[in-house]
Amino acid sequence: MTAQEVRLCGLLLQEHFGEVVERIGTHLLRGGAQNLRTIANETNTPLDLVKKSLCVLVQHGACEFVSGRRGPGSPVEYRASCERVLRVLRYPRYIYTAKTLYGDTGELIVEEVLQRGHMTMSNTVKTVADRLTHNMEEGHSMEYSEVVSAFSKLVETHFLQRCPPVAEIGTAATSITPATPGTPAASASTAPPTAESNPDCYKLPHVTLIGRGKRRRSSDDSEEQRGGKKAKMDSESCGDEGIYWQVNFERFHQHFRDQAIISAVASKLDQMEFVGKSGDSGGGMYVVNLQRALANLARATLESVVQERFGSRSARIFRLLLRKRHLEQKQVEDFAMIPAKEAKDMLYTLLSENLVQLQEIPKTPDHAPSRTFYLYTVNQLPTARLLLQHCYKTVANLIERRLFETKENKRLLEKSQRIEAILASLQASGAEPEQLTEVEEMITAPERQQLEALRHHINKLDSTENQVDETVFLLESYIFSTKTK
Amino acid sequence: MMIPALDRQIYLRTPPPQCAHSMAGLGRGRGRGKGYMSFSIEAVGIGKGENLPPSILQPTPLFPPMEHKPVPLVMGEEAEYMLALKQEFRGNMKTLPFYVRPAVSKKDVERYSDKYQNSEPSDNTIEWNPDWKRLPKELRIRVKKALKENTSLSLDTPVDPKPSKKTRVDKEEIIHKLEVGITLEEEVTSDEEEGEKKKQEEEQQDGEEEYDEKEFEEETDYIMSYFDNGEEFGGDSDDNMDEAIY
Repeated sequence: MTAQEVRLCGLLLQEHFGEVVERIGTHLLRGGAQNLRTIANETNTPLDLVKKSLCVLVQHGACEFVSGRRGPGSPVEYRASCERVLRVLRYPRYIYTAKTLYGDTGELIVEEVLQRGHMTMSNTVKTVADRLTHNMEEGHSMEYSEVVSAFSKLVETHFLQRCPPVAEIGTAATSITPATPGTPAASASTAPPTAESNPDCYKLPHVTLIGRGKRRRSSDDSEEQRGGKKAKMDSESCGDEGIYWQVNFERFHQHFRDQAIISAVASKLDQMEFVGKSGDSGGGMYVVNLQRALANLARATLESVVQERFGSRSARIFRLLLRKRHLEQKQVEDFAMIPAKEAKDMLYTLLSENLVQLQEIPKTPDHAPSRTFYLYTVNQLPTARLLLQHCYKTVANLIERRLFETKENKRLLEKSQRIEAILASLQASGAEPEQLTEVEEMITAPERQQLEALRHHINKLDSTENQVDETVFLLESYIFSTKTK
Repeated sequence: MMIPALDRQIYLRTPPPQCAHSMAGLGRGRGRGKGYMSFSIEAVGIGKGENLPPSILQPTPLFPPMEHKPVPLVMGEEAEYMLALKQEFRGNMKTLPFYVRPAVSKKDVERYSDKYQNSEPSDNTIEWNPDWKRLPKELRIRVKKALKENTSLSLDTPVDPKPSKKTRVDKEEIIHKLEVGITLEEEVTSDEEEGEKKKQEEEQQDGEEEYDEKEFEEETDYIMSYFDNGEEFGGDSDDNMDEAIY
């Protein structure tokens, strides 16, 4: 992984799991597979904190463990996954997609599973039912069966999948609890099993979940619990303990990709390149060439970036070079219909940005400069990789800037939160309007303006992160599609 | 005519025109004499004797003026909703036990109020109940006592501070005594403290985590709420999440 990717991963870990987990995670990303002691020593972190962090990372699928590579006695090794951590950036999109497909219930299910890393079905159903009940009117509550139905649909369409089974690993000498008799020896395989390797990957467990969501009162007094009438819905009693579910990112990605292709075709973007004819039966069989579609989407992205950063004439040169592959200086000027001086200037700018490369074709064996062709060229795949790294850097910069803005205004933010808390509690206890206005006035008008501006900036930065991730997705999909040949 | 070496991709990094001065230096470095470069500059379009822009001997400015302004952000319902989802998610993650906070050491002197205050989570306990079967045995650490008795992990108020071994035993004794007491007295007792303990113990039985462990711990007659050092003006309003999350 590149330095930019690690930097971005670090920021995402920090924002969602705190600095300790960030330190451990970044160390693993940079250093590859390591064992517990090494991590603790090299990061100067107390052992217990390292253990906690690893538990968190494993829980969220960001880290895997394998038995030591040097034989049965060697300690367990941990390896973090950069790609998996980067997925955190896309969480809002996954949740929103679940909402469009399966409504509020689907949305909350995916949100819960993402927050927890992985969950049992019964736990998810209970928690989501409670949350939905909380938002319903008094006296209404959400049936478990409705949530089960949404959960089932998510599993049937493969948006949720069972977590891969954990390979048995032998206990290291430093283990706290002794190995139970009958634990099999350390498995020889070094790669942890994938979710798809499990044939029951999309099989729903047989559980009967009967009940409704509980309304959580803000006071401690809760008649439903005091009555003790509700059936105790522990995961033990539901019968699906040990069966954990996680979000299947690849399935969501398929959905996004399909959406992107459809919307591209709808906006009349080179439609015929996407569709190929595969036969004549039934009047004509057509197939969507996904590889080509992704390549076209990526190309459109690259062209758009050049246009927005360097102007439409530079974009014209760029597009020209993409189509014609190799052109000399003179040819560029002619085909692009741009005067020599300006064409030269634009080409150099693109060259200095690494969007265009110069290739030498010697005419004679002695490579004499006067007898060599110098051709400008654009290579789509390396350029896409370059832009993807730019995107990662951009998102990391956005996060850093947002953290900076928050830190700069920390005092003001804290004051505002305290005042809102006071207002809320006053309103709950039924205060006079004069009291409320008095408290509100504790924030001065210029402070209010400052807060408003701050909120606006932070929202903008956050929203930009989401939108850059759309470009990231397109480029990642394209680059990945070229790898699997 | 065969063009040799068509697939030899020479990654020629042409320095920007401003560095013509240093380019000449390169040529000199190779011992070919002043002003001679490895390729003919006519071929890339620089005419003979043409005025190149002067070389720049400092880093590029931090915020250069942009010729082409960036496209404005996409606005609209979808973008706004995703923004809200993102900020809410981040806010929620900060309250979940997966957000690991290292224990902070005591500031200066031990204070009387420390006995009644929420202390930070300790390093050597984990604030949630993972499935240890899915983790290597070496990672196993003590789960906070409160969670051992409850099997469901709820999103509700964060778990209260750690118990100490000594007081844990005391607490169990008290609970046992209370259980005996409860079977005799169904109504809420006149003694508020006992009522609190009873309610908390019931809540424990029901699998909720909203109980105050501190009262059992210190075996005092004072309830937490009696001690108020004024830092919690307004109380906690965790349930009212109208404020924006940053």
